[in-house]
Amino acid sequence: MNEQLVTCTALTKRYSSKTALTGVNLELGRGRIVGLLGPNGSGKTTLIKILCGLLQPTEGAVLVDGSPVGPYTKSIISYLPDRMYFADWMKATDLFDLFADFYADFDRTKALNMCASLGVTPSDRIKSMSKGTKEKVQLVMVMARKAQLYLLDEPIAGVDPAARDFILNTILTNYNEEGTVLLSTHLISDIETVLDEVVFLKDGSVTLHDGVDSIREREGKSVDALFREIFRAHNMEGGAF
Amino acid sequence: MDWKFTDDRPIWQQLTEQLTLRILKGQYPPGERLPAVRELAAQAGVNPNTMQRALAQLEADGLAVGSRTAGRTVTQDHGVIEAAAKARARAAVADCLRVLSELGYTPSDALVFVKEELEHE
Repeated sequence: MNEQLVTCTALTKRYSSKTALTGVNLELGRGRIVGLLGPNGSGKTTLIKILCGLLQPTEGAVLVDGSPVGPYTKSIISYLPDRMYFADWMKATDLFDLFADFYADFDRTKALNMCASLGVTPSDRIKSMSKGTKEKVQLVMVMARKAQLYLLDEPIAGVDPAARDFILNTILTNYNEEGTVLLSTHLISDIETVLDEVVFLKDGSVTLHDGVDSIREREGKSVDALFREIFRAHNMEGGAF
Repeated sequence: MDWKFTDDRPIWQQLTEQLTLRILKGQYPPGERLPAVRELAAQAGVNPNTMQRALAQLEADGLAVGSRTAGRTVTQDHGVIEAAAKARARAAVADCLRVLSELGYTPSDALVFVKEELEHE
């Protein structure tokens, strides 16, 4: 077992004219809940997509559990995309069958239990579900796997505050203890107490990677306040807002 | 009792304080087993590692006793609990005196206020 679960070295991603990531160096340990924080367009989704193999980096290297991205890393990564990608005629239970087929680490019983506690009826068709309920189903599928790395892209963006607490609780109580959760969001104050550490992304670069409590200890303020400070200053420099 | 966090200090320290208070108030009585780290973390809506750190501090303070097999229990040493309660009481008085001094009152004014308040009751 490698000491670091994720190692990114000089990771750069360019889309034709636009650079999404610039020389990102990042190491993530095991058993951590990590917030990937940054304003819109800072490269959060690009980084997550590279980690799960949906995008190829232009330059640089990624190792997950010591292996380059490939079939092995995909088998130990559970990914929650920022949008729904299932056929809407399916029922949640159909999706569970699909996942049980695809992933050896999918725990169907756990998925059904999580549905019950989130108030989701698994025999309903996806089509008939509200946006928030669809998000819950997706989260259930992702968290019911005993993965080593959970990549959650904006898991709390589309749900109401009560459901948000519920979802955070689901993440807290269901993640595999040796596993690491990397979750991207810009709603920091809601999740700050849940996180071990945070990674600040700004214009495609990592500007800060530290523990939540070390930040609070050093700065005497919350991560949310620090985030607002850093990115407000940035807006004023740009002068375009 | 709900868990509350302020923005200006590390979360684990605030957890330690609130757990301590629960012990001092008898919500977790001496000798009683504390809930598991994960359960407490879920209750408080915090990361299990953060809760772990808070509980480790509780052990370092002598208020909780860890055991490999039985989990963590509240200390049965009433002396330790009493000392912690007194420390907390002194801190509350110091806070009160600080507020009064900011308002321009002296410690002897404070004593008068306390006496008046007690008579009022």
